[in-house]
Amino acid sequence: MAERSFADDVAKLKLRRGEEFRGEGILAITKALLQCGVGYVTGYQGAPISHLMDVLADAQGVLAELGVHFEASASEAAAAAALAASVHYPIRGAATFKATVGTNVASDALANLASGGVTGGALVIVGEDYGEGSSIMQERSHAFAMKSQIWLLDPRPNLESIVKAVEEGFELSEASNTPVMLELRIRACHVHGRFIAKDNRPPAMTLAQALENPRRATERIVLPPASFLHEKEKIERRWPAAVDFIKSHKLNETFGPEKAAVGIVLQGGMYNGVIRALQRLGLAGLHGESRVPLYVLNVTYPLIPDEFLGFCKGKDAILVVEEGQPDYIEQALAAMLYRAAGTTKLLGKGLLPMAGEYTGQVMLDGISAFLRQHAPALLPPEHCAPNSDRQLPAEIAALAKTVPPRPPGFCIGCPERPIFSAMKLVEKELGPHHVAADIGCHLFSINAPFNIGATTMGYGLGPASASAFNVDAKRRPIAIMGDGGFWHNGLTSGVGNAVFNKSDGVILVVDNYYSAATGGQDILSSRAANISRSTSHPIAKAIRGIGAKWVRQIDRTYDVARMRDVLREALTTKDRGPKVIVASSECMLNRERREKPIAAKSIASGKRVVKSRFGVDEDICTGDHACIRLSGCPSLGVKTLDDPLRDDPVAAIDQSCVGCGNCGEVADAAILCPSFYRADMVHNPNGWDRFLDRARRAVIGWLQSRRAGRRLMLVR
Amino acid sequence: MNDRVIKLAVMAVGGQGGGVITDWIVALAERNGWYAQATSVPGVAQRTGATIYYVEMTPESAETPVLALMPSPGDVDILLAAELMEAGRAMQRGFVSPARTVLIASSHRILAVSEKAPPGATTADATIVYDAARKTAKRFVCADLEAIARKHGSVISASLFGALAGARVLPFDDASFEATIRSGGKGIEKSLAAFREGRDAVNAATPEEPAAPAPAALQGPAHLLPGYVNLTADLEHRFPAAAHAMLKAGLAKAVDFQDLDYGRQYLDRVAAFLPYDAAARDHALTIEAAKHLANAMCYDDIIRVADLKTRAARFARIDREFEGGIRQITEYMHPRGEEICSLLPAPMGAAVMARPRLFRLLDRAVNRGRHVKTSSLFWFTVLYLLAGLRRVRRRLLRHQTEMASIAAWLAKAEALAPRRYDLAVEALRCRRLIKGYSDTHARGLSKFDRVLSALPLLEHRDDGAAWLRRLREAALQDEDGSAIDGVLATIREL
Repeated sequence: MAERSFADDVAKLKLRRGEEFRGEGILAITKALLQCGVGYVTGYQGAPISHLMDVLADAQGVLAELGVHFEASASEAAAAAALAASVHYPIRGAATFKATVGTNVASDALANLASGGVTGGALVIVGEDYGEGSSIMQERSHAFAMKSQIWLLDPRPNLESIVKAVEEGFELSEASNTPVMLELRIRACHVHGRFIAKDNRPPAMTLAQALENPRRATERIVLPPASFLHEKEKIERRWPAAVDFIKSHKLNETFGPEKAAVGIVLQGGMYNGVIRALQRLGLAGLHGESRVPLYVLNVTYPLIPDEFLGFCKGKDAILVVEEGQPDYIEQALAAMLYRAAGTTKLLGKGLLPMAGEYTGQVMLDGISAFLRQHAPALLPPEHCAPNSDRQLPAEIAALAKTVPPRPPGFCIGCPERPIFSAMKLVEKELGPHHVAADIGCHLFSINAPFNIGATTMGYGLGPASASAFNVDAKRRPIAIMGDGGFWHNGLTSGVGNAVFNKSDGVILVVDNYYSAATGGQDILSSRAANISRSTSHPIAKAIRGIGAKWVRQIDRTYDVARMRDVLREALTTKDRGPKVIVASSECMLNRERREKPIAAKSIASGKRVVKSRFGVDEDICTGDHACIRLSGCPSLGVKTLDDPLRDDPVAAIDQSCVGCGNCGEVADAAILCPSFYRADMVHNPNGWDRFLDRARRAVIGWLQSRRAGRRLMLVR
Repeated sequence: MNDRVIKLAVMAVGGQGGGVITDWIVALAERNGWYAQATSVPGVAQRTGATIYYVEMTPESAETPVLALMPSPGDVDILLAAELMEAGRAMQRGFVSPARTVLIASSHRILAVSEKAPPGATTADATIVYDAARKTAKRFVCADLEAIARKHGSVISASLFGALAGARVLPFDDASFEATIRSGGKGIEKSLAAFREGRDAVNAATPEEPAAPAPAALQGPAHLLPGYVNLTADLEHRFPAAAHAMLKAGLAKAVDFQDLDYGRQYLDRVAAFLPYDAAARDHALTIEAAKHLANAMCYDDIIRVADLKTRAARFARIDREFEGGIRQITEYMHPRGEEICSLLPAPMGAAVMARPRLFRLLDRAVNRGRHVKTSSLFWFTVLYLLAGLRRVRRRLLRHQTEMASIAAWLAKAEALAPRRYDLAVEALRCRRLIKGYSDTHARGLSKFDRVLSALPLLEHRDDGAAWLRRLREAALQDEDGSAIDGVLATIREL
């Protein structure tokens, strides 16, 4: 499992009725699931919902007590498919993943689930990775909800509302026999807040009870003719049931005065941003007391026409605040107004941008523009005239050229760095190649200093995305994927596909023992002992098992010369068929997290411990920075010397170095320079260490002073 | 609205532990009866990229406040920047406004890849960030919080938390700051020490300017020192004062590299430029000759590397930098046939180089990575003996190659000096392009040759010096010097 302990968080899952929970949004959801009597939780890790998975993985005790099953699924598709347990049995289940990428993968299962419908409440919790901090293409989960008819909840981003949405989501799902999707944006997942807890509830029916009393109902299975009936049932029975539930339980909320000339319709997730804009305009109080009527869609699909039309009644204009595109909600609301022959003006996109995150500034600009046009009387005078073009002060403008971009990159000591150092060295010999990249930390290779990788087509799809290049040519394509992507689907879509189609390309599997980019969760090939999962299944064995013949296993990626030689061999060998290289070394972030405290403890308790760090001899370094261009390690920087003879700053390694050895290995493999050295510090040396050290120092010292007595030397 | 909300953003580099300080700030607020909400956008940005954390807090009341989940330009009270350029980024994003924002920054730098990868000097100019901070922030406090944290074996969260306390912008007392750290659990005493120094550092009247380092000086046995004193006196006598500092550095380097005779040779060669120089030109020609000739004469051969690697001063420096325990040193070296050949007496070395098959044999025997333990007696002695070859260096192949190259370069500059002073200065400066070892050295040499190949085209032009400078700057932009070709093409079309 991830080399982090979530023991404190697990304790929060045990809070009793009336006790206050304080913590992160995603943890609040985890607690809410237990309060709702959930029977099982499945998921696939990925920001921003990894924490939910990590905590549940550590909470086996709590889960066992309640009889809740938790499964770290092989993929989002597997996680969503598991919700099938709620089709025939009145068991509540939840699946969670990162959206929209996870929803893409899960969509087959979700569509089947939604067609047949559910008996027990089925909740799909998606972490909507949109806007600042996102690592994926910018799309919306909304489309998935609409196309499969899954109800979509988008609660206000505070813990009380989020927890309530989980409870209501299960109820809505059961009332309408439809799976429900709960959408949470990045910041809502990570928001620190509070709510008053309830007791955890064991599931009404356990999975074991279901297994021992199996049920089936042919009309719930997606096969003709039932599938045709499902579509009708969705419209004729499930939709109206959902609308009734949403209305009668008041899932959507209204705030502000009953009567006003204007109003704002917003997704629940936009609430705090809208209120902040209104606060800054003097139109809302600290606790959300708004002077502008708000209709908050905590359910963004389906929409409730009479609620909406009621809200529009008597208003001259309303503003729709809907983040992202296409503007599904705005279009639907506009159609409702039109059909009802409404006279209320509907505004939204245009005043607010069609694309991109609704940041504080965007919200302030959009809402103030709306009010300026349609309710200027509400606005304080300073906001009535729009700001003329704000000119940046010269000193801020100067920053644009100074402040360097800082995209994410490989961590200090990352075992993936030497792989790309080696790849750069091979490209120097054999020329540039087409490299198909994949999702995972290794994708950082696309940035400086490596600049390697041409496309990324989805998790585990690196080799598949190079499959078209299966033609005779003087150069072979290189495809990369991580161990996470490999087990997610790359074994079949990548390696299996290449074997079957007799591809001649190179597949490089980056194995760092974890699903590292998502937080270091265990996967099939992880090396650490894990009591609740079966690990230590070698990737190379699976690759051979699926039929690949040319397979090379590298057990220390830091050996840049070997890495380079194997890559060169793969690119030049006469052997036909896919050439698969498995490059394995443990993720340094996880390794350090585990080893550092152990080493510190050992040193403190007097045990002999050797710790290594690298250094650069600044007199020998000539300031060419070739080493940096082959590494980019954050701990390898440059420093300017106080020497009038030297123009160029020299390489320097700071104390954050973890001694991985990449810089030294690169200097050796690329034949750069002899500036690098490794210093091994022997803590708590034994008698032999001390004797040897004394003897060495005596002889070396004597030789050094001998030379010092015969020549002039610079002393700084 | 009179409702009081304090809005605080933390801008950091992934891996600095922005989450730790955010948790502390929330705990601090809650401890003091405030309602706090914090958010962040972790995910992959945590991996060494720029990240942002955001906290809003307001005094506790019966009702739950509605707070924002992200900072807005012009609406931030306190901005904590855990690195200097992140402070710059905060200002760029408009999070620092003169009316209300107190900017608390660590002055240390974590270099971005774009700043350190090019061959030349491309580190971002910190003064631009300081200027902007002084003008843009309501109050700007700054200290090297990373150094403070490191000094106490802690992390920057602790010293930054201290700086936040020291800036007196939150209505909470020091005791509750400290209590917050104490309730955290890990490394409490170290964190507290870093916290306290961080707190005091931002209140120090003026940041201490680091003392200028003492110029490098030669040390050695009594029988050699008078010779050096004489050379220095000679230098002061022959050269204009403006060039003294550079010449002294160069002289020291040359003597350190070889011996006193070598130092004299150095001074004589620089003196050849004196007749063409003038005070009106600030003695640029002499100074540049002094600088680049010193570097050229002290070329990077195996003898020099072995010498530097075995010095007592180096061992002492490593002992200082790597404290605790017994230290062992392993060097990462990779000599090739070329380097070994260049160590042979000139005729013999040249003979081997001229026989490809023999050379390949030698290369195959030596060309491999060698990770040698200089702290062990065997490898120390090997390097020590190699360093001892200094005494016969003048007879070795590498020396003769270097001397020929230097002579050709100086001759070009000297020929230009009477007619094209500026161009001569630029030609001298081009020596900067030759650096490094092995392939890097070969690449540098080729860049140097290509840049100087433009001299015949430039020596008749009044703007020749400017073009040569452009060529040199282009050569420093990238590794293989492809930018040179573009400038060369332009020059040919002039």
